[in-house]
Amino acid sequence: MDTPDTLRYTRSHEWATDPADGVVTVGITDFAQDQLGDVVFVELPKVGTKVKAGQAIAVIESVKTASDIYAPLDGEIVAVNEVLNGEPEAINAGPYEGGWLFRIEPTDPSAWNGLLEASAYEAVAQEG
Amino acid sequence: MQRTPLYERHRDLGARLVDFAGWDMPIQYESGINQEHLAVRQDAGVFDVSHMGELRVRGAEAMAFLRYTTLNDVGRLRVGRGHYSMLPNESGGLVDDLYVYRDADDDFLVVANAGNVDTVLDALTAHAADFAVEIVDESDRWGLLALQGPAAAVRLERVAGMELTSLRKNATRDVDIGGLHVRVARTGYTGEDGFELFTAWDDTPAVWDLLIEDGALPCGLGARDTLRLEAGFPLYGHELTSTTNPLCTPFAWVVKDKPFFGRDAMWGAPCDQRLVGLKVTGRGIPRQGYTVLDADGTSVGMVTSGTLSPLTRESIAMAWIDSSLARDGTDLAVVVRAQAVPATVTTPPFYTP
Repeated sequence: MDTPDTLRYTRSHEWATDPADGVVTVGITDFAQDQLGDVVFVELPKVGTKVKAGQAIAVIESVKTASDIYAPLDGEIVAVNEVLNGEPEAINAGPYEGGWLFRIEPTDPSAWNGLLEASAYEAVAQEG
Repeated sequence: MQRTPLYERHRDLGARLVDFAGWDMPIQYESGINQEHLAVRQDAGVFDVSHMGELRVRGAEAMAFLRYTTLNDVGRLRVGRGHYSMLPNESGGLVDDLYVYRDADDDFLVVANAGNVDTVLDALTAHAADFAVEIVDESDRWGLLALQGPAAAVRLERVAGMELTSLRKNATRDVDIGGLHVRVARTGYTGEDGFELFTAWDDTPAVWDLLIEDGALPCGLGARDTLRLEAGFPLYGHELTSTTNPLCTPFAWVVKDKPFFGRDAMWGAPCDQRLVGLKVTGRGIPRQGYTVLDADGTSVGMVTSGTLSPLTRESIAMAWIDSSLARDGTDLAVVVRAQAVPATVTTPPFYTP
């Protein structure tokens, strides 16, 4: 499982970039995309939506199932990855690159520090 | 959890294994469901379906027994042929759907879904006292592989070293594959040309290896499900259940007009709803249990199976719909996460080779 050290993670398998520039990019982990299998459909939030940490704000559907995606932090959606509407498989091809989902401007950037570090997330993922 | 003779092969191939009816089965391999699906549509894929149950029914009255206990008519089944059938319950619903092969005048092999083998065995045994028949559970004797796709015949001919293209649909033949005896039946569950291969349990890995070495792609239960849905085939537990009247489905052709167990409950019953195909024209994927609406937004049915077709990239489904709306071309909607997504009644199959 590929779990970059520079990112922080949630128990629900989202990753979030360091909010150094005031914006956090969010996607799903390599572990999650592997578990889901071929992604065939993505429903993204609208730009401008105010979100709460833990709120279901997007949906990723694989061939077999639909899975909710949760906001890792409080804040506002400032961008979404429109490419995924036409190429949802980009999530499988590069969950940390072309397969990013949305960007949040967090209300409290320091909340990012409270998310899981890579090693802690790997432990969570291995528990199943 | 039970394991098929190919369990080690699945693990070595990196399959994702899941509990399917108490069996540790591959849902997909590293290639993924989409690629496995397309391999079957364009070349050939091979599935391990050894978890399915095989029941031997033989004896002087085996034919009369199966004419009474199953819905298709084994009286019309020639030796060396098989047909799709169903096992009715007393209330006009179904215990399971089946494949029945006639190996001799008084000797049949009944293939049942893995999760239903015990209930099928019980249901058949309940009637057996009235007939001169013997029922033997041979499920642990038989491995079963499905080789499916437009290249299945060419590949199997190469592996078996004999001509098989002329084998008719639903016909069986005994072949030698790598020195092993295999009973081949020209049938399948994908809508493509193909074969099911009955192997002695312990011979299954060797036959599997030869098919893979020849280039058939290992395919899991995930692709098996998307392929059968595209082809418009039902799956017990989804389209067919203990309360499903098969006469209200596109599979009513299976039910032959003859005496059979539960006939009174089934034959005269009205079809308040019918099983139909749906093509979703809006953005969204229908799933089992989703509500179907009419043009006024009134609930008129429920989805039994749905997926995004890996081949056409269209969302397709089967659903029970109020009979008045079951006509081809009727505009309906499926509720996907609280949104009404437009859909049109479309007679399956959604794909034909």
